[in-house]
Amino acid sequence: MVEDNRKAIIELIDLEKSFKQQKVLDGVNLTIREGTTMVIVGASGQGKSVLLKHMLGLLKPDRGRVLVFGRDLSTIGGKELKEVRQEYGVLFQNVALFDSMTVYDNVALPLRERTKSSEAEIRSRVEEKLALMDLQGTEDKFPAQLSGGMKKRVGLARALMLNPKIVFFDEPTTGLDVSRSNEIYRLFYKTQAQLKYTAVIVSHDVPKIFKLADYVALVAGGKVQECLTPEDFQLSQNPAIKAFVKETMGPIYSSEEEEMGFYETDQR
Amino acid sequence: MLKFMERVGDDCLYFLEQAGRMGIFLFNCLLGILRPPYKLGPTIRQLHFIGARSIFVILFTGAFTGMVLALQGYYALRKVGSEGFLGSAVGLSLIRELGPVLTALMVVGRAGSAICAEIGIMRNSEQIDALECMAIDPHKYLMAPKFIAGILSLPLLTFIFDVIGIFGGYVVGVGLFGVNEGAYFQGMYSSVDWPDIHMGIVKSLAFGLLIIWIAAAKGYFLHFERSGGFGAEGVSRTTTNAVVLSSVTILVWNYLITAILL
Repeated sequence: MVEDNRKAIIELIDLEKSFKQQKVLDGVNLTIREGTTMVIVGASGQGKSVLLKHMLGLLKPDRGRVLVFGRDLSTIGGKELKEVRQEYGVLFQNVALFDSMTVYDNVALPLRERTKSSEAEIRSRVEEKLALMDLQGTEDKFPAQLSGGMKKRVGLARALMLNPKIVFFDEPTTGLDVSRSNEIYRLFYKTQAQLKYTAVIVSHDVPKIFKLADYVALVAGGKVQECLTPEDFQLSQNPAIKAFVKETMGPIYSSEEEEMGFYETDQR
Repeated sequence: MLKFMERVGDDCLYFLEQAGRMGIFLFNCLLGILRPPYKLGPTIRQLHFIGARSIFVILFTGAFTGMVLALQGYYALRKVGSEGFLGSAVGLSLIRELGPVLTALMVVGRAGSAICAEIGIMRNSEQIDALECMAIDPHKYLMAPKFIAGILSLPLLTFIFDVIGIFGGYVVGVGLFGVNEGAYFQGMYSSVDWPDIHMGIVKSLAFGLLIIWIAAAKGYFLHFERSGGFGAEGVSRTTTNAVVLSSVTILVWNYLITAILL
């Protein structure tokens, strides 16, 4: 773990979780600090989403603790969990927009349900957020009528509506083309600079996502292998990280092994 | 043998878990109804969906049920020469039994299935998780209006069913078979008492709660379904289960309430 004096906002301590016979998380430790961007990477099926669901309080661990703002999500009651979640913004992998509501109603929902704002106030704030996401004119559309990139932007607008302290992104660019992905990254960068939120991003988009990360953590074998800055991550000697970097970032890092493979073939 | 025991144990555990989950779910939904803020809009929308939009089917079922009761009743009563009791036979069977039960079964088919599918799809597409993560209680936001609407709609729909049924019986009994009009209504008037109406109201209130409870809980706990609750097939299977379970539960509770109140 890298030295960092910023306050720990989320701490996962010896987290374990099994589904029937399968142990998905086997002693996960991770600290996420205030105002930073933590990117969680890992191959599919390694438990990234399960890890995220623990941080969201949607799953309870079999063992271990999930501390958010110093409160243990695995033991607190529904009311306290609700208080913690008031500081959350979440962009789900499939966005999870309410499909029977218009874009406007989707974005307005947190305001309507969680604040006592008047309808006029709500309108001005929703319009402002939609404009920030470049979504003017889509207010009356339903999610099914939007493209993938637009849905993500509506999801982001909804997630950021109440200026959350922590924003979780579950694979924010999966299924988008390169330019749409870049657009989401730009919006992320812009809004984080503006709202100063802590970001937790689960992503496959290596190496591009490294540009946005303060820290990168690799989930493999049910554990967080290491949590490093993007630069250190790419140079790490940890075998699991090396293997991941080799697989995801191309042959530059595996030239030696390529050559070895060559010799082996020759020997046969 | 060991396998068999294991399976029985497994089934029992699953059943208990489901029952516990559903119990806690109902408790949370009822709390959701009581807890402020109270929003009228969503409740009125649900009243429209569960109540108002069921009226047409209730009118039809009510009318034909009353008509067939009069038809059967007339032939049965004629054998003993008591056609004059037709009004009380139709009135009592409708108000005490058929009105609440058939109304409930119609609402299960029309609204219960829709509620289960709607909530199930919301569960599958993470919309319920999204609500929870936005610190919005799904029990209050999604379920409470449905529960209020279900509990209010069922007695009202049952009244409509009863009234239309009685007139259906009138059309067949008096219009077709020439039973004396005064005897039809006087017989009904003298034999239907407050306890009969009370029983009908208690039943319809209970059925309203049961229908919404089972449909909403089945959809809400779709991901815990042992037969696999994922995907379109999972939703359709769970919806079918919910309809079957609601219908059977209504018939069982109909018997129990009758036994308790008689």
